[in-house]
Amino acid sequence: MPTLKINGTEVEVENGTSIIQAAEQIGVEIPRFCYHDKLSVPANCRMCLVEVKGGPPKPVASCAMACAEGMEVETESEMVHRARKSVMEFLLINHPLDCPICDQGGECDLQDQAAGYGYDRSRYTEAKRAVKDKDLGPLVKTVMTRCIQCTRCVRFGEEIAGVSSIGLLNRGENVEIGTYIEKAMDSELSGNLIDVCPVGALTSKPYAFTARPWELRKTETVDVTDGVGSNIRIDARGREIMRIIPRLNEAVNEVWISDKARFSYDGLATRRLDRPWVRDEKTGKLKVATWEKAFTTIADKIKATKPYDMAALSGDLVDMESTFLLKNLMNDLGCENLECRVDGAHFDAHNPSGYLFNGGIEALDNADAILLIGTNPRVEAAIINSRIHKAVRENKAKVAVIGAPCDLNYSYEHLGTTAQDVENFSRSRSGFAKTMKESKNAVVILGAGALQRKDGLAIQSLSMELAEKFEASYNFLHLTAGRVGALTLGFSHTKTDKPLNIKSKSFVYLNGVDTDIVSQINEDAFVVYQGHHGDIGAHRADVILPGCAYTEKDALYMNTEGRLQLARKAVSAPGEAQEDWKIISLLAKECGGSASYKSVIDVRAKMNGLPNLGACLSPEMNVLQSKDKLMTSKFKTSITNFYQTCSISRASNTMENCGAVFVNGTRKLEVA
Amino acid sequence: MLADKDRIFTNLYGWESFSIDAAKKRGDWSKTASFIKKGASWIVDEMKASGLRGRGGAGFPTGLKWSFMPKDSGKPHYLVINADESEPGTCKDREILRHEPHKLIEGALLAGFAMGAHVAYIYVRGEFYDEASNLSKAVKEAYASGMLGKNAAKSGWDFDLYVHRGAGAYICGEETALLNSLEGEKGQPRNKPPFPAMAGLYSCPTTVNNVETIAVVPSILRRSGQWFAGLGNDERNSGTKLFCISGHVNNPCVVEEEMGIPMRTLIDKHAGGVRGGWDNLKAVIPGGSSCPVLPAEICGTVKMDFDSLREAGSSLGTAGLIVMDQSTDIIYAIARLSYFYHHESCGQCTPCREGTGWTWRIMQRMVTGNATIEEIDMLLDITKQIEGHTICAHGDASAWPIQALIRHFRPEMEQRINDYRKQVA
Repeated sequence: MPTLKINGTEVEVENGTSIIQAAEQIGVEIPRFCYHDKLSVPANCRMCLVEVKGGPPKPVASCAMACAEGMEVETESEMVHRARKSVMEFLLINHPLDCPICDQGGECDLQDQAAGYGYDRSRYTEAKRAVKDKDLGPLVKTVMTRCIQCTRCVRFGEEIAGVSSIGLLNRGENVEIGTYIEKAMDSELSGNLIDVCPVGALTSKPYAFTARPWELRKTETVDVTDGVGSNIRIDARGREIMRIIPRLNEAVNEVWISDKARFSYDGLATRRLDRPWVRDEKTGKLKVATWEKAFTTIADKIKATKPYDMAALSGDLVDMESTFLLKNLMNDLGCENLECRVDGAHFDAHNPSGYLFNGGIEALDNADAILLIGTNPRVEAAIINSRIHKAVRENKAKVAVIGAPCDLNYSYEHLGTTAQDVENFSRSRSGFAKTMKESKNAVVILGAGALQRKDGLAIQSLSMELAEKFEASYNFLHLTAGRVGALTLGFSHTKTDKPLNIKSKSFVYLNGVDTDIVSQINEDAFVVYQGHHGDIGAHRADVILPGCAYTEKDALYMNTEGRLQLARKAVSAPGEAQEDWKIISLLAKECGGSASYKSVIDVRAKMNGLPNLGACLSPEMNVLQSKDKLMTSKFKTSITNFYQTCSISRASNTMENCGAVFVNGTRKLEVA
Repeated sequence: MLADKDRIFTNLYGWESFSIDAAKKRGDWSKTASFIKKGASWIVDEMKASGLRGRGGAGFPTGLKWSFMPKDSGKPHYLVINADESEPGTCKDREILRHEPHKLIEGALLAGFAMGAHVAYIYVRGEFYDEASNLSKAVKEAYASGMLGKNAAKSGWDFDLYVHRGAGAYICGEETALLNSLEGEKGQPRNKPPFPAMAGLYSCPTTVNNVETIAVVPSILRRSGQWFAGLGNDERNSGTKLFCISGHVNNPCVVEEEMGIPMRTLIDKHAGGVRGGWDNLKAVIPGGSSCPVLPAEICGTVKMDFDSLREAGSSLGTAGLIVMDQSTDIIYAIARLSYFYHHESCGQCTPCREGTGWTWRIMQRMVTGNATIEEIDMLLDITKQIEGHTICAHGDASAWPIQALIRHFRPEMEQRINDYRKQVA
């Protein structure tokens, strides 16, 4: 724990802390371009030069210099200012003066620091360098002449995304960032390049020329496009969402988000349900209706149906408040037919330790042996995959997969594709089993590919036993944002460990359900769909109740770890759409319910047994025992197109384009 | 003047064969094992006593450098020999590689043992085809006669030596860029600290030495450090040194001389004097292209050693003298060097990447005179902005020649500008 002085202020820091980090601890800001908290340190921009007294008479790079006992650092001395001004001048001589037409304007590190360290006029009279733009795909726009060669994007690609296709080509003044052979950056995390780039060389294609950062209203919220619950910030102007960017949460997504979380927002503006619809009895067609008409129609139908013949399903993007109220409503009506396992997954819905990512996402950093069963985290939870990649890179973790072979961006041992291979592995003592037994922080991750089949419960119990045997943490990876919350609230039927059979039900309430399960509903059944997009569920509905998307309401979500997080309202909902808790609360009243809620806060007050906001559920480990027979078929891939997995991303044009370029290969890049 | 008996490189001109038999006749590989039996600390102490300073340009005391290698790191140690001799004006390592390779190989074994390395790499400049070829033959001979490999030279020390050819980038002569290149990475210098002695090749303790430094080791051990220290100017500038004299002299040559020989004596005695006589001399770059140029008046009195040249405002560098007579367009000569440093910048850090191009372009205008007098000051300012702000010394190397030009030949630059003005007016 060395103690050093920065500008005369004493600070004690951990061993191995660099000067730039130590300065940050006491609020001294040192300008930087190439240095990034989460990336390796190349010290090539030379902007962070500081004076260390007693050393040779030249400044040192504070990002690469570790603090030492008794060091005296000056960050504002004349030598330092001269160095910074020099570097700034060098960076600007070949940087175009196109700030007025640059999307980075207003949030550009170079612009900001030029205000502090730039000269008021240029001494450079020679010709400026121009660099050809690259085509990195439908998400990242390049203006390579603006590049200052900080290599953050190169390091991001190699160290976080696991894609080493971007590099620094050529040398000297001719260096440029490129892929050598023109190709798109094939990564689910490519959008983060936009954030890491300190200048306007890499910007967002969908956001291009649409807004300036100072016009935007910023809302801190969480993402729902996968089970990770990445922390995001929504930037909106008026009613329109202009962009989504990540927000730091070390425990969940660090500072990264997946491309789906970042770019599917254009889907929120299309195919929206903005008023209630009721099926006309005479014409058999849906017709615009008032809320009153919709509610009375449903209430009448409920009164005419026996509780046993009713069912309520909870979908992928559904918040916890509406799930809670829907459960109460159905229970009050005497109906226990609830289900949230709408993707056909078979697992024990009443054992939290069996369906949570118990070890936690952050703990993956320390993992040294990781077994993936029936999961492809790269497409199911790109953020978790980048954590595994980090463990492989920094911790030399070994990874093995039982399931469909896939490209994970890191090498792994493929142990098989069937449930029998899981069983064999649990008995094995050599090979990867030995590695796992000898490791300190072993991790088992069980995914949907192993559970969306009839013997899911047996595989779940086998995986839990296996984790216990190898002293590994047992982690269940959910694909969706709404599932864990619904499970925690007990939104599943009680009798069996199989998903509810809805074939025989004559009244089905779909709360945001847009999965294939809709096709199992009886033709004669009466279907209510509550949700925000005209997707699978709405097409089958007899009554449509327009709800709010996650960006339009204050609501609770629980991620795959069981971490309770709050989504906040960034924009108002379109048309007559209402917040989901309110819809169900009004419907309950219509059906004669007594409870009345004035606000969403009242609803939350009734929800018991939840952890604090930001904290995780921590159930006791309860290893399942299942005697079910294992099937011999191979594990399937649960997601084939990363870019379109929910009603929002299916409505998104950007995601459609990404699917065409990266998944289907139906669209080629335009070669510049 | 160096007496013949004190000459280390007796086959510098290739008058005899470079083979191991001929080398042994010249005294190489004699008593090698006995030095190793005396122990590593004896070797290091002897090197310290000799006062040998690194011959690659920086002049860091060799014995001290070796003693920085950790004693028990638990990791393999490496010796890396820098034969990427690319500094314009320097051609001394080339002579050792092709005519005296066994001195280098024997030195590698002794140095390797002294720092606990069982493996050494020789990184040979890509353009050195014949040199790499001769060196490889010599390494093969050394293996065949048991001088390398298991129990090398019957010393009980296992030692392997690999010859690696570079691809011709100047920057790969910088020690950490060389290590990157050797590892198969892009040849870009690394940040220091950590220094190679702590984390060098493959993050293991490594010492990088110049060819000449290593090649004189066996002779120093055979004839004692005291003998070496007795030669030369003083204890900080001791021993013999290979000088490369090129440019406007009657007889360009590489010659072994005592450290601290007066520059004029060196040029007159060995290079046949300046073309057209000493009075026709305009300037000399004393230590390879990156060293500041010295005008004739200083050249007449300065001694060729580290400290004397430093006092004169230049540096011994690699002792590659570039002699320029009155016919030289000194501005153009420095502009050409400026282009070289611009061309060879690796491009990773800002001041060097952007600054070398800028200074070269201004220098081009200085050559024609298409500039203003104020731009000379601006040029000087830019070189000062590059100097000391970069990861490696390439930025400094690009700045020094220009700074020296302005220091010593500013009137000529101003004259050029004024002439141009008159011409276009």
